[in-house]
Amino acid sequence: MKKMIVMLLTASMLMALAGCGSSAPAAAPAPAAEEKKEEAAAPAAEAKEADDDEDDDADFTTVTDGVLTMATNAYFPPYEYYEGGNIVGIDADIAAAIAEKLGLELHIEDMEFDSIITAVQAGKADMGLAGMTVTEERKQNVNFSESYATGVQVVIVTEDSDIQSIDDLADKQIGVQLATTGDIYCTDDFGEDHVEQFNKGNDAVMALKTGKVDAVVIDNEPAKSYVAATDGLKILDTEYVVEEYAAAINKDNTALLDAIDDALEDLKEDGTLDAIISKYISTEK
Amino acid sequence: MSNFREKFIQDFITDNRWHFIVDGLLVTLRVTAMALVIGVVIGMVVGIIRCAHDQQTKNERRGLRGFVINLLNLVCKIYVTIIRGTPSLVQLLIMYFIILVSAKSKVMVATLTFGINSGAYVAEIFRGGIMAVDKGQMEAGRSLGLNYVQTMYRIVLPQAFKATLPALINELITLLKETSICGYIGLNELTRGGDIIRGTTFDAFLPLFGVAIIYLALVLIISSLASIMERRLRASDIR
Repeated sequence: MKKMIVMLLTASMLMALAGCGSSAPAAAPAPAAEEKKEEAAAPAAEAKEADDDEDDDADFTTVTDGVLTMATNAYFPPYEYYEGGNIVGIDADIAAAIAEKLGLELHIEDMEFDSIITAVQAGKADMGLAGMTVTEERKQNVNFSESYATGVQVVIVTEDSDIQSIDDLADKQIGVQLATTGDIYCTDDFGEDHVEQFNKGNDAVMALKTGKVDAVVIDNEPAKSYVAATDGLKILDTEYVVEEYAAAINKDNTALLDAIDDALEDLKEDGTLDAIISKYISTEK
Repeated sequence: MSNFREKFIQDFITDNRWHFIVDGLLVTLRVTAMALVIGVVIGMVVGIIRCAHDQQTKNERRGLRGFVINLLNLVCKIYVTIIRGTPSLVQLLIMYFIILVSAKSKVMVATLTFGINSGAYVAEIFRGGIMAVDKGQMEAGRSLGLNYVQTMYRIVLPQAFKATLPALINELITLLKETSICGYIGLNELTRGGDIIRGTTFDAFLPLFGVAIIYLALVLIISSLASIMERRLRASDIR
């Protein structure tokens, strides 16, 4: 039957098309020239270090040649969020700076927060950069870079709420983002029955606004953005937990970890890191 | 009303946010269309194998041919059992994080997952359709000198297809809506497009209803196309 043959042909064509979707690896960068420039600019004392950097660069591998793939969850302003069609924010800028140092092109993958570590482990992404706090459980699955920022877990409540301090949270329903440290701490402190986990931070905030939960525990900076964008919410003055943010990197890829650590070190020294953070976080508080 | 207008502008016009919806819609349509083709092809093959097995006579079961068909049937049965027995979200995550780790294209991962998933359901739909065609049709075809494949393609399958069309359309609609779970692997399809807007503007109403209306419109288009097709196929009923 002619129709059948046509259908089969269409099928095979479409499958071939689907195959094309996986694009050819991007052209490898030519870091040689760039590095030479860097070396020339660096003082003599640092020349040796630059050499070391170069050795590192030659060692590490990335998921796609010449591309640094970053996994994140872009609902976490000001660390990562959508502006137009692009993902921007502190983490995105830091990743861009790191990629530049390593002579790589940056590619950002947006996914659910609880998928980020899996993606890094499975080799879907080179690093997870998502305002992610270093915890023991996470350390068992991925390596963490040096910390690049400090985060504070805070509590968001409605303006007319009777919750005054962390202790008042007992017996209340707390909204958190799934698999974040806020989730981990609250589940430990108040028990599973009192914690509702949402896929995105702003889903938790919406639940708070509509009265489905009594409070939301989330990182300070996104909390400020949420409160600024939503009427009738406030942040409690008490800090819940103070913690360190770091990049997550595959356990097998220690060369990349070293390279990223070196790049972070450089960014800290030359003030780029502070510049990026103060660009997004106003120092009013 | 002016509030609605404001929200609409904020959700869809500012920063060209409607792009998330349009791009997402295109991804949804691509995944659905390609998965449908894969699903129908797999479903047809599996369905025919399962029927060939079920319709064997006692004598046919014994020979080498019978053995091969039994073996193929077993494989198909396992496939259908596994696919129908696990949630498609779990299948999608397994495909993305474990089986197709090196695949770079998320559209391809989604397409394959949904194609394989829908293949299992389509196989059962086809099996039902083929079994529903009277045994006499096959016997008549064979006695007229057509071989098994010819009888299948020229006589049995066309009748089976007509009978299965409503169920197939059902499967297509399910498939279309099921692609909304692709957000879990970070594929920006229609639902996620709305989600991204929701995440940026903190407004739940318009992005969610907008996305819902688009799905509804797509389903309406599919079902009206289906009824046109059914009417055409029915033309041969009037003798």
